[in-house]
Amino acid sequence: MGVLKLKRMNPDQPAVKWLAPAIILAAAVLPFRASDYWVDVCVFWGINVLLGLSLNIIVGEVGLFNMGHMAFFAIGAYTTAILSARYGISLWILMVASGLTAAGAGYILTAPIIHLRGDYLLMVTIGLNEMIRISLINNPFELTGGPNGLIVLDQFRFFGYVIQKPRDFYFLVWSLVAIVLFALSRLQHSRIGRAWNYVREDPIAAEATGIDTRWAKLLAFTLGAGIAGAAGTVFAAKMMVISPDSFTFMESVTLFAIVILGGMGSMPGVILASGAMIVLPELLRNFAQYRMLFFGLAMVLMMIFRPQGLWPSKRWTTKLKAGEGE
Amino acid sequence: MVFFLEQLVNGLTVGAVYALVALGYTMVYGVMRLINFAHGDFFMLGSYVGFTVLVKVMENAALPLWLTLILTTVIALASVALLGVFVERAAYRPLRKSSRLTAVVSALGVSIFLQNAAMLIWGARYQAYPPWASPTAKWIIGGVTLSLMQALIMGVSLVLMVALYLFVQKTTVGAAIRATAIDHDTARLMGIDVDSIIRLIFLIGPGLGAIAGVLLGLYYRQIHFTVGWAYGLKAFTAAILGGIGNIPGAMVGGLLLGILEMLGAGYISAAWKDVFVFLILILLLMFRPTGLLGERVAEKV
Repeated sequence: MGVLKLKRMNPDQPAVKWLAPAIILAAAVLPFRASDYWVDVCVFWGINVLLGLSLNIIVGEVGLFNMGHMAFFAIGAYTTAILSARYGISLWILMVASGLTAAGAGYILTAPIIHLRGDYLLMVTIGLNEMIRISLINNPFELTGGPNGLIVLDQFRFFGYVIQKPRDFYFLVWSLVAIVLFALSRLQHSRIGRAWNYVREDPIAAEATGIDTRWAKLLAFTLGAGIAGAAGTVFAAKMMVISPDSFTFMESVTLFAIVILGGMGSMPGVILASGAMIVLPELLRNFAQYRMLFFGLAMVLMMIFRPQGLWPSKRWTTKLKAGEGE
Repeated sequence: MVFFLEQLVNGLTVGAVYALVALGYTMVYGVMRLINFAHGDFFMLGSYVGFTVLVKVMENAALPLWLTLILTTVIALASVALLGVFVERAAYRPLRKSSRLTAVVSALGVSIFLQNAAMLIWGARYQAYPPWASPTAKWIIGGVTLSLMQALIMGVSLVLMVALYLFVQKTTVGAAIRATAIDHDTARLMGIDVDSIIRLIFLIGPGLGAIAGVLLGLYYRQIHFTVGWAYGLKAFTAAILGGIGNIPGAMVGGLLLGILEMLGAGYISAAWKDVFVFLILILLLMFRPTGLLGERVAEKV
């Protein structure tokens, strides 16, 4: 069964060979054909893909339950808004700075609790999410603007060209997605990626083979938080106003669900599932108020009938093959 | 001193509600190792059913207040308990053999569904419990105000918790529940109908949650479809604080959380009180990963 799936997914197969260029072509043409509205929808889809991919490192690759991922996204977005308003630094630099800030926060916040198992870690990450959100509302040191949030004054500039139109953001976001996808797929096959998967499949055996599981888990959290933080900069630039409402626990839950529904550890799964979450409701606009009702129902039905997710990770099979080879 | 005692009374009142909701989390976790994220929403639905019964039925029934309140609570309890059993049958039972993560996601799905169903049925705005339904009597003891409503909440919770504890510890069915919590297969070998036990858990947990929902509606008067998350999260924190899967732990955790929250709100800052709550949880878990009264059950992942 597993081997069959690997065959179907094999990039040497003609279908897959065709599919990738076709998708890239369609993606390149889309913003020139579609209305600004739909391009905007795709921008938010892309931002969600970035978030989903970053959470996927933590949940999918290492199997750590993190239901507070929006906290890191928020840290990135607020870092951008605060620093850009005070010092007028270029958003490109701030994207890196926000990523690093969020990564640092990810490290500091999770280092004391990384040893917690499953459900307890999940609870604590929910707690972290709420703590950060409430802190933002309470406007510590007059930094965050309280419930009203902050206005982001600056825009991304590309050799003097201001990234402002939906189309510009579309290319910005999806280029970032492409970069992250590439980097993560390299990482997946590296020593680190394999160490992560061992930790997920059997932490005790992983420890026994000499993997420092604590380090592996923390690295995943730090990296995931960092990417989410950098995505926060893009979000802040796009929205122009950020407020604590965008980073609620509910958003974290939805994101968590996207990773699971896509198929744990599967990057195409994340893209598909966040697309289903962002684009489908827009298609079904007349049913907008039933959107979350359907989403909840879909989560239950998916788990019952297709627990492996929309596009299951093929590494289930890599694992199987590795097992056979040894 | 008076201020301290007042905050203590307020804390015990809220804590009693947390404890009642936490019991549902802890029992489901103890028996099924599942975080039932939908549990807070049972509580919320209990609140709404109570509201509807009071506004649509009891207003014209002209019964004595105590009878009205009992009937309302019983109706809310019955309907939510039935819903709990239905949810277990539809969304959790098919997943009992699969990985625990699928059940968690399914529970999240149920929660999102129930929340949005409530929003569509009762509207997105706050609904208010009718003022006539809440008893208004209060006593002043040594300068400390204790309202009848607060006494009622604490009294009802205490009675229910003691009853539940005795039921689980002293009766045959309770022994069956405890056996199922330890090992489903062995329990089945001993002739215990595990399905019925789980059904029972899903009658009791949501039922207690519904009672808490009605009590809270009467106390604060304002209800909203998101209170399930807000209180569910606190109750779940309480369950973990006490050691999840442990019934006395849920009671202790709930009361402690309520007291800490109200003392924090009173002495430090009301706006930051929820931050303290989670900070306490994180600190506790750093040093005692199984909660205050926790055993090793939760370590199985």
